Amino acid sequence: MIEYLLSPFHYDLMLKAMFVSAMIGGVCACLSCFVTLKGWSLMGDALSHAVVPGVSLAYMLGLPFALGAFVSGILAALCMGFIKSRTRIREDAVIGIVFTTFFAAGVLMISLYPSNIKLNTIVFGNILGIAAGDIWQMLIISSVTMLVVALKWRDLLLHSFDPNQARAIGLNVGVLHVTLLTLLAATAVAALQAVGACLVVAMLVTPGATAYLLTDRFGRMMIIAMVMGVLTSLIGAYVSFFVNASTGGCIVVLQTAVFLTALMLAPKHGVIASWLKGRASVTALMTGVPGEPVPSGAVMR
Amino acid sequence: MTRIFEPFQYGFMIEALLVAALIGAVCAVLSCYLVLEGWSLMGDAISHAVLPGIVLAYIVGAPLALGAFLSGLVCAGSTGWIKTHSRVKEDTVMGIVFTGLFALGLVMFSRVQTDVHLNHILFGSLLGIERSDMIQATVTASIALCVMLALRKDLLLYCFDQNHAKVVGMNTTFLHYLLLSVLSATIVAALQAVGIILTVAMLITPGCIAYLISDRFDRMLLIAVISAVFSALVGTYVSYFLDGATGSCIVLTQALLFVLAMVLAPKHGLLAARRIARASPVTVDLP
Amino acid sequence: MDHIAQGIDLVVQDVTVAYNNGHVALHDASFSLNPGTICALVGVNGSGKSTLFKAIMGFVRPVRGTVRIAGDPVKAAHKKNWVAYVPQSEDVDWSFPVSVWDVVLMGRYGYMNFLRIPGAQDKRLAMESLERVKMTEFKDRQIGELSGGQKKRVFLARALAQQGRIILLDEPFTGVDFKTEGAIIALLRELRDDGHIILVSTHNLGTVPEFCDQVVMINRTVLAFGPTETTFTEENLALAFGGALRHLRLDHTDVPGAERNELVVLTDDEGALVVGAGGRLERRKARNDDQKAGSEP
Ligand SMILES: Nc1ncnc2c1ncn2[C@@H]1O[C@H](COP(=O)(O)OP(=O)(O)OP(=O)(O)O)[C@@H](O)[C@H]1O
Ligand SMILES: [Mg+2]
Repeated sequence: MIEYLLSPFHYDLMLKAMFVSAMIGGVCACLSCFVTLKGWSLMGDALSHAVVPGVSLAYMLGLPFALGAFVSGILAALCMGFIKSRTRIREDAVIGIVFTTFFAAGVLMISLYPSNIKLNTIVFGNILGIAAGDIWQMLIISSVTMLVVALKWRDLLLHSFDPNQARAIGLNVGVLHVTLLTLLAATAVAALQAVGACLVVAMLVTPGATAYLLTDRFGRMMIIAMVMGVLTSLIGAYVSFFVNASTGGCIVVLQTAVFLTALMLAPKHGVIASWLKGRASVTALMTGVPGEPVPSGAVMR
Repeated sequence: MTRIFEPFQYGFMIEALLVAALIGAVCAVLSCYLVLEGWSLMGDAISHAVLPGIVLAYIVGAPLALGAFLSGLVCAGSTGWIKTHSRVKEDTVMGIVFTGLFALGLVMFSRVQTDVHLNHILFGSLLGIERSDMIQATVTASIALCVMLALRKDLLLYCFDQNHAKVVGMNTTFLHYLLLSVLSATIVAALQAVGIILTVAMLITPGCIAYLISDRFDRMLLIAVISAVFSALVGTYVSYFLDGATGSCIVLTQALLFVLAMVLAPKHGLLAARRIARASPVTVDLP
Repeated sequence: MDHIAQGIDLVVQDVTVAYNNGHVALHDASFSLNPGTICALVGVNGSGKSTLFKAIMGFVRPVRGTVRIAGDPVKAAHKKNWVAYVPQSEDVDWSFPVSVWDVVLMGRYGYMNFLRIPGAQDKRLAMESLERVKMTEFKDRQIGELSGGQKKRVFLARALAQQGRIILLDEPFTGVDFKTEGAIIALLRELRDDGHIILVSTHNLGTVPEFCDQVVMINRTVLAFGPTETTFTEENLALAFGGALRHLRLDHTDVPGAERNELVVLTDDEGALVVGAGGRLERRKARNDDQKAGSEP
């Protein structure tokens, strides 16, 4: 039995997959805290789809995959910023327009110049097929991201919470904005190979939202999110070995399950806790503890 | 010269053009409401969330479209419920729910051996569409279009001022779920015919183009439909010559129209804004 | 029909509202209003004014208590188009692609057929309502292209077109200048004289004694309810607002006829309430004098 449970650890491939997932899960979870607070949840989705034309162009020109992806992601983010500031269209619609356009351009390029990039790899990821070079790339991206966040999290937090205040105390809001976008794009690119474009958004949203339900402190929120990101990724990758199913899928299903549990059971902001609290205060009122009701027409003295 | 008309010699091209135009029209009508209601990415969410329904329907042998439709409704419904019962913002909830469902679909999909191609669902191609799918898509799209046009004023009031809608005795819950059901049904029909990218884009861009150009809802509907049909026709036509992905060509045509509208729109365009800025000091004729 | 409508009253009894997050925003609120009255709803921020409105409009279901309109539950009252409502400006998407005319016609939706095609009657009433708020010339403007006061008047016209018997206005005086305020008040008075019940939530304490017959003071429950003269007193205000009011007690007053040289100024955030000696409400007098002076030449 034990032997059976330990069997995934005998495969290099699995060890590698678990390591990569945990790393990506941790970094994404760290950024997800800012993403949820800033209301950028769909930015992850958008950026991870918008990288496709960059990827195909990079392949055509023989450049590194990550470079093309990154440039095209940033370009998409800039387009969004421009359209949003110049028109009266809401942010969500702007995001939608830009990323579908980029994605369509990418798909068109792939259909016109068939190369050895598989759209499937971009959309669904392939963690078991990751090459050593890719792992190094991810390691570098992750370390840089973590370093920047570790040094600058207070500024980034203030920027997410209240950009005007950040500007007022003399922070360079533009730089912070671009920094956050860059980190997001870089992480999305790194995560892309592991879990694919559609599921990157989950890793960039779910841990942060779960932690947000569990605590009111940012520091704690970050820790909870990262612990959750790392653990769910490890366990998800491990489980996927046994159920023989898509690794990214398993990780994200697990994350969603944790979110739903937190949604119901969270001590203060959970559905059940709120319900109990409402019932308790209504019963307290009925038995007449705080505030005496006044008969209509009377004046309370 | 003959080369220009070449595509029209093929029956399948004509059919593809018609289906693309019809689906484009329905999506355009829907997109106007989605843009105004702030639900632009609901289309994205639902079109991903249909996956587990499709796989489940395949396993139990039910019609795939039915599974997809129900699964889309689950996505929309649970997004609404979680939003009202927690402090998490709507877009975040949407992201969590649809990726969760999509991941579930992926896991289930990798467990069953099907002859349904995931690629076929996600990147469906207009030119390779099967007869039965095409009929299904046409029927669904026509019904959806009729419902939307018949109830357009109620839905407009619902998007504009829900409270007033309730106060004059409208059933807003019904309208809410009606809009979501029509959306899900349209997405299911569109996915089979044109694929996921085009579906998502068609549910956002035409509405935005129209919103940039007009300040009246009826005109907005008209502009959205025209731009969608136009880009469907042009995109399909161009893709024939380019020999590239049809859906992508349509999306890119739409994007081009959007850019044109953004620059040239009479009142809200970039050029108009510049003209107004230059003609300052502004004189406004308010009493 | 109309004489039946005249008899519509509003009874709020023991209403307790809890939101999904478990917060009880309002408890055991009771009061009742008879036709032909303007009633002010005052209280600090977060005291539950909007929540009370939501309960009357049926948007939140009370966990306890009932709201009855002419003896009917709110749902039934909505079907009869009895309740009209003027939203808070912040709640409206002003870039929405509808014109003034469209908005006023929306007031008639409850009377129209399935396809909401306006009939001659609907158009006539909408037109009359626009005339009544003096907005006819702006009929084809997009709603965002109006000034704050004009926006308010459009939604008032919608309520008129709806022919509601109970009109709820959530903070109608924010961002409205003195003149428009006067016009809105005059209109509300006319409506009262037609037998409408008008419930106004406001932070503008100074105008309350000027045009409201009755006052409901709330802070998570109804603290006091009754005619303005007896209820809208310094003590009750202090009770409802606690320390939230700016309270200036001046030793000298120029108000003629004040018996003692003492004047109390109570202000929330907008119009100040001036209380002379013996609890006399001064601002109303001042405004009436103004208007007389204005209409003389
Ligand atoms: N949708 C909601 N969910 C949870 N709590 C709410 C909701 N709406 C209001 N509340 C809470 O209920 C209380 C009463 O709010 P309400 O909007 O009725 O206040 P108000 O008297 O209208 O205040 P204001 O003068 O600021 O308009 C507040 O404490 C508020 O936080
Ligand atoms: Mg309020």
